Amino acid sequence: MDKQLDFAKAEARLKRRHTVRNMLVYGMLTLWGVLVLFPFYWMILTSLKEYGAYNAESVPSFIVTNPTVQNFIDAFSKVPLADYFVNTLIFTLATTAIMLVVIIPAAYAFARIDFKGKNLVFTLFLALMMIPNELVIITNYVTVTNLDMRNTFMGLILPSVMSVFYVYLLKENFSQVPEELYLAAKVDGTSDFKYMWKVMLPICKPTVITITILKVIECWNSYVWPRLITDEEAYYLVSNGIQAIRESGFGRENIPAMMAAVVVISAPLVLLFLVFRKKIMAGVARGGTKG
Amino acid sequence: MEKKNLKGWLYLLPAILFLGVFMVYPLIDVFIYSFEEGYNSASGTSFGIGLYNYEYVLHDPYFLQALKNTLILVFITVPLSTLLALGISVGLASIKKLRNLFQTVYFLPYVTNTLAVGIVFMILFKPTAYTDGLVNIFLGMFGISPIDFIGGPYWAKMLVLCIYTVWVVMPFKILVLTGALASVREDYYNAARLDGTSSFRIFRKITLPMISPTLFYLVITGFIGAFKAYNDAVALFGTELNVAEMNTIVGYIYDRLYGEGGGYPSYASAAAIILFAIVLTITCINLLVSRKHVHY
Repeated sequence: MDKQLDFAKAEARLKRRHTVRNMLVYGMLTLWGVLVLFPFYWMILTSLKEYGAYNAESVPSFIVTNPTVQNFIDAFSKVPLADYFVNTLIFTLATTAIMLVVIIPAAYAFARIDFKGKNLVFTLFLALMMIPNELVIITNYVTVTNLDMRNTFMGLILPSVMSVFYVYLLKENFSQVPEELYLAAKVDGTSDFKYMWKVMLPICKPTVITITILKVIECWNSYVWPRLITDEEAYYLVSNGIQAIRESGFGRENIPAMMAAVVVISAPLVLLFLVFRKKIMAGVARGGTKG
Repeated sequence: MEKKNLKGWLYLLPAILFLGVFMVYPLIDVFIYSFEEGYNSASGTSFGIGLYNYEYVLHDPYFLQALKNTLILVFITVPLSTLLALGISVGLASIKKLRNLFQTVYFLPYVTNTLAVGIVFMILFKPTAYTDGLVNIFLGMFGISPIDFIGGPYWAKMLVLCIYTVWVVMPFKILVLTGALASVREDYYNAARLDGTSSFRIFRKITLPMISPTLFYLVITGFIGAFKAYNDAVALFGTELNVAEMNTIVGYIYDRLYGEGGGYPSYASAAAIILFAIVLTITCINLLVSRKHVHY
């Protein structure tokens, strides 16, 4: 009898300890969640406050009583936010598209075509993966300046195209496609190009999508190269744009309007992330940087 | 398979062209620049070959300031963010409910524009004519008088920079660690539990050794990333980082190349090579240490 009671007691104690531990874990996780989300909350909140109301608060309020869209109107009318946006869109789409055109055949060549010097070139490619951007950006800056491509899309895009790592990632995926498929296609008289285009790409679509999204994120957020190569506002990307807004901006320190601009700049990628959440996280886990 | 030399090289041609022009050539060129003394970018001439650029950079107070800032940033944020990410990932692994939601939320900083969100941090920390800023108001509740985190004392600025850097790098670390924790086989845990092992001991003797390769991978990539810090600093303190005493090595390189103190690709190249040498050394040390300590 006694023993059984003890057992019940012990079980209850264990359960209590479990609950306490669980509460601590959830508490910690929630705290970090709040710390992550708070800046987002604050920027949306501030972007909805009226300029006058914002500056009248000595203790900022956590809710907005009279939401206004004036800040967003200001962000698009008083500073060329729409231009920055369009520039970034052009830059991102063009860079990503050219990258795909360049890396898909390269990955295919490494995975499927047998040619002299392949292993040597592939090793060299891998070695280049370790070269930091900071090392090559100096000469690229001089090159692009000498070619008179400052403040042009060509100057912005061309040096940003290549990502050796993605060649490697795609090559690995191409190599997984069974060789029998290739041989069968050969028997049917399919050309390499057609095979790459019609068979390999559809099979490896998930990897291609992952690479595309990662490149889009990288392009959308790029700051250093655009800053070096553009000093005319007409060619600013969003990162440089927000920096310009911050430094000269709205003529006065208009923080709500600045926050509206920050919301507009952040929104596309956050939306992209929410749609392709699984793909992006899997892709970053495989080949992400920025950590 | 028959050899198709021409076709192979043809498929590679675009990639090789891009890499040659924008990576291989610059890589060789940056070393040449760094040894050319008194290089003039307008005329393309130099006085001679030597180590003067390195000497200049290593004696430049701006570079030394940038080096100090970068080192502080690296040695604070890398251990801190790795430990924090480890704690959070272990917490995530131990729950079932809401796990997906937490993971999604934690990943958000990865997809945001560092410069844009940095401005939000600046506003949270910055006292203005109208208000002390939210962080100061919060600290005030504990009786701490307002501090100008953005334009004030050195340690305060460094603190904000470290906080923002940790915030930015956490998503990647949590993601990778969560993946590593999920791949530890359940059998090990079950066997240990059957033996009545305490959960702390399980963590130390099973989990930690199993994920130690991932931890070292994160430390190495963390060091490399932190040494290249620049965007975070610009986001918080603007482009005049030398004035704010918050410049980083990468910032120094760009400043020497372009802008107020710019027009000196030789100095920029020397600084870039010094940075590369530091990163390479630290990575090698890390690899040596990990050989000894990474189990299995």
